[in-house]
Amino acid sequence: MTGSTLDSSQAELIISAEEMGHQAHPDYRITGVLVFLVAEAMIFLGLFTAYLTFRAVAPVWPPEGTPERELLLPGINTAILIASSFVIHNADTAIKKNDVKGMRLWFGLTAAMGAVFLVGQLFEYFHLEFGLTTNLYASTFYVLTGFHGLHVTFGLLLILAVLWRSLKPDHYNSKHHFGIEAAEIYWHFVDVVWIVLFLLLYIL
Amino acid sequence: MTILTPLPDNTQPANLPPPANWRKYFSFSHDHKVIGIQYLVTSFFFYLIGGALAAAVRTELATPASDFVSPELYNSLFTLHGTVMIFLWIVPATAGFINYLVPLMIGARDMAFPRLNALAFWIIPPAGILLMASFFVTGGPAGAGWTSYPPLSTMSPKAGELIWILSVLLLGSSSILGAVNFVVTIWKMRHPKMGWNDMPLVCWASLATGVLILLSTPVLAGALILLSFDLIVGTAFFNPTGGGDPIVYQHMFWFYSHPAVYIMILPVFGMISEIIPVHARKPIFGYRAIAYSSLAICFLGLIVWAHHMFTSGTPPWLRMFFMFATMVIAVPTGIKVFSWVATLWGGKLNLNSALFFAMGFVSMFVIGGISGVMLAAVPFDIHVHDTYFVVAHFHYVLFGGSVFGLYAGIYHWFPKMTGRMMNETLGKIHFALTFIGFNLTFLPMHKLGLEGMNRRIAEYDPKYATINMICTIGTYLLAVSTFPFIINAVWSWIKGEKAVANPWSGLTLEWSTSSPPPEENFETEPVLLCHPYAYGKRPQVPPSGNLDPATSPLST
Amino acid sequence: MKIPSQIATLLAGILLTLLSLWYGYNHHLLPIAASAEADLIDDLFNVMMTIGTGIFILVQGALLWVIFRYRRKAGDDTDAKYIHGNIPLEIVWTAIPAVIVLALSIYSFDIYEQMGGLNPMDHSSHLASAHGEEAHGTSVANAGPGAAIAAPLEAPPEASTTATAVDGTKATLPTGENPTGEDAVTPVIVPPDAVTPKDVVSPDGMAPNVVTPKEVAIPVTVPADSVKPKNPAAVPATIPDRNSVIVNVNGLQFAWLFNYEGTEVTAGELHVPVGRDVRLNISAMDVLHAFWVPEFRVKQDAIPGRTVSLRFLPTKVGEYPVICAELCGAYHGVMKTKVVVEPEDAFQAWLTSQQVASRPDQDPQLQQAIALAHPSTLHLSDADYLAPYAQRLGVTVEHLQSIQAMQQMPDPHL
Repeated sequence: MTGSTLDSSQAELIISAEEMGHQAHPDYRITGVLVFLVAEAMIFLGLFTAYLTFRAVAPVWPPEGTPERELLLPGINTAILIASSFVIHNADTAIKKNDVKGMRLWFGLTAAMGAVFLVGQLFEYFHLEFGLTTNLYASTFYVLTGFHGLHVTFGLLLILAVLWRSLKPDHYNSKHHFGIEAAEIYWHFVDVVWIVLFLLLYIL
Repeated sequence: MTILTPLPDNTQPANLPPPANWRKYFSFSHDHKVIGIQYLVTSFFFYLIGGALAAAVRTELATPASDFVSPELYNSLFTLHGTVMIFLWIVPATAGFINYLVPLMIGARDMAFPRLNALAFWIIPPAGILLMASFFVTGGPAGAGWTSYPPLSTMSPKAGELIWILSVLLLGSSSILGAVNFVVTIWKMRHPKMGWNDMPLVCWASLATGVLILLSTPVLAGALILLSFDLIVGTAFFNPTGGGDPIVYQHMFWFYSHPAVYIMILPVFGMISEIIPVHARKPIFGYRAIAYSSLAICFLGLIVWAHHMFTSGTPPWLRMFFMFATMVIAVPTGIKVFSWVATLWGGKLNLNSALFFAMGFVSMFVIGGISGVMLAAVPFDIHVHDTYFVVAHFHYVLFGGSVFGLYAGIYHWFPKMTGRMMNETLGKIHFALTFIGFNLTFLPMHKLGLEGMNRRIAEYDPKYATINMICTIGTYLLAVSTFPFIINAVWSWIKGEKAVANPWSGLTLEWSTSSPPPEENFETEPVLLCHPYAYGKRPQVPPSGNLDPATSPLST
Repeated sequence: MKIPSQIATLLAGILLTLLSLWYGYNHHLLPIAASAEADLIDDLFNVMMTIGTGIFILVQGALLWVIFRYRRKAGDDTDAKYIHGNIPLEIVWTAIPAVIVLALSIYSFDIYEQMGGLNPMDHSSHLASAHGEEAHGTSVANAGPGAAIAAPLEAPPEASTTATAVDGTKATLPTGENPTGEDAVTPVIVPPDAVTPKDVVSPDGMAPNVVTPKEVAIPVTVPADSVKPKNPAAVPATIPDRNSVIVNVNGLQFAWLFNYEGTEVTAGELHVPVGRDVRLNISAMDVLHAFWVPEFRVKQDAIPGRTVSLRFLPTKVGEYPVICAELCGAYHGVMKTKVVVEPEDAFQAWLTSQQVASRPDQDPQLQQAIALAHPSTLHLSDADYLAPYAQRLGVTVEHLQSIQAMQQMPDPHL
């Protein structure tokens, strides 16, 4: 609930930024997105540091009685998400050549991969043998992956919004494609966060 | 080389906008000037609420017994007092000034993201009202202090605490969105001829503030998210019985909340650096030192948070590191203070309300700075941590510092914002009452803390009764002191003497446009003619005169 | 007569220094110093106060001066002189604060080290249960609570009692803490030869009166080896460590419990012998609390789930308040008890009397107190629940009455 507070505001950020292409001054929206992502990175950094501290202070980690988790499904999921970052980059290349159809194809593929990732996450949630309040490890696991999952969902919505808008003729072209760039940057960000998260929660 | 446009006719007051325009202040306006004023007026409204809460707290403390409100309510009162004053008064009020001043000072027509700017403001009123609404929920408002340390906060009545978390998260988001705007605007939208070292000092300070907000506020959000899980679903992040660690919360909380002090004081540093040269008619002393010390404070501010936790059982080497880092902050801060004094020295002081408040700021802030260095020393801090000494210290920084500075800013820029002059007599009465009331309230608190009175208590040892009574009387005086100000501000806004474009003969760009500025800020593209602080070496513009850039000796 | 400006500046500087020094050492802002740590901290505070006063006078003086000296003349619309900086001056006022804070950091570090703050404060409770000799060894190896404290460690405790009790009573026994004076432990001046043989045995078995009380009060650095007890048999049986009193402190809403290590004594107020190193192992049961004795200048948060140790050396006989300094709920303000610093024999007598009276496992009331204060029942706001064992926990009757009055009074503001 509290997590979504931030997300709704960041949703407004992108949307409002997107709607104001008519400003008198040059377009600094990409800079804005990057600066905003610094703040986003800090929130994850804070949570990661908290996780590492819990881990360092605890005598045994994960606490005794935490069921073993298999790595296969999360591993596949990770591979899909990382791959999607390369996929989405093709959309950028495409739009720079004014290839809206190509852009749509790559964005559509990225959206599908993102959706698969989310479904995989949910599948893992339902098959884990521990719940949110089982122990400290379980709680951090759910909150960190859940908070990241919210970001993936939001990135997915951004991609879908771009796809929707691209239906309008000449909404995006080789010169004006802020939405595409923003969605891509955001997606890369979410991806990088996941890599750190995966290393912290599954590998370490 | 900076500043000065062909001035609009400075002899004639600008045509004031028709009164019907008041509606724009209640709209989702994209104009940074409207938003700035929205911030200022809204936050001042919350300042009055926070002040009322403080008065209730001090009334309880007028006598040693707990006899005015219930102890639960007392805890809620000081919790909300702190939260309101920080998140709903000083932070948004400084954001208001940054919003209003930065685009004007750098010669831009608006912020980088006007719509986002409006959104950032409009989060604040609902968040504030939400927080106030917690008085009406079961169990009352949050009562675990503005620090909201677990496990106490997670054991408090849930509804109030949850509202507190939600409200602070909203206000934090607003602050982050605002900061995105400040940083991008200052970075990208400066006048093409304005280099970094030609920027007015408010812009440097705002940049440092923006960076601090971006780096620290999200960590608080992270802490509050974890706290809300502990509160609602019963996870054990900060609950030792479930293997969690309450100290982790303290680290995350102070990682934001110490920089928050600089978020609240840096913009005011910037404003003081504007106000003093204008009214002393002298260049700011050591422009670069002041500018770069803001950046130094920004950096150091991020690595000193654990000095709030010297008694929390942190490892000794950590305490030593944080002690040293904290003490080092005194150096850039000292540079600023000495530079301000040196600016005044040898000036031609126009002793009006704005300058009085600015000098009051320097005077009070020095006291807060001295006690701050004392508190940095671990052995001494162990004695006074969580006592009235600390309460006195941070009120000297945040009230004697930030609030005096905000008042100075209001007196200084009121003519620009409204097109009307404020009344000087009322302004000086306001200053005298505030200065006396403030010192009466907070100076004796140093002694209380040193002698052994801890903070956040509803009843205390009767031996402290006399000093506490003095503090309470001071508080009432402070409450009274706001009346001349409110009367002055409201009356002047409606009926005050009309202001010329540049009533103080300032050199920064905001004075080169009409008062109040047109919606696009500048009728014509502003031209930079001299450095923003070139008093004594500038093209002589009499307060009533026009400057022709073509004939200016400095128009190179 | 015109005084040259250099001489005027010099005179002003001397005056400023003298004023600062005078105020820095005569501010009367701190309560009496009743522990060795307090003396160290007060020294630090006085130094900081001196520097602070100097800076205060300098800046405020300059501000006042410019108001009168540099006021704009009426009708003068011109600017002042164009002075935008002065690099040497700026270097000076950057360097001087830098040197000051560096020196203060080093000095604080040194004081902290002398206080024993640099040995791990977050030792878990196993340290407390360690063998007495081992604990003693630790304290010596780390210079204990200070070099200043090493001498009392060597000297028999009673000898130092004699020394400190004298000034303690004369100057500083807190009034108001104990208006009746009935329970006040009047300082007893114990002549060295009146001390019981058991206590007189000094670590190396030498006669105690080689150190006169007067010398004890002076900080003396003693090599660690000379302080180590060479004859463990000399350690008295009542307390596991001859030189350290170890107390397990537990904070709970809204009282302190003090359990004496190695005994079954659990009390609501803290008794410590004067002149002996005290080690508190502080923890909390429910929420954060903080143990603070202003007269000792020591404070430590009590954190549930952790045990943090705090050490100090009480040097003045008397009664001082123990205050909870971390917000812990509605009745945070009444979470107070007292620490009684008393001569060794009075302390031993008190310990013996408590040993009989206050065995937690046999005391249903205390058991109840602990049970009721457990987090699951925290939201009890009825003062009545405190009443039965208030006495035991050191909550005074006045506090209870005021709590009750508050609750019974219909609150018009709600």
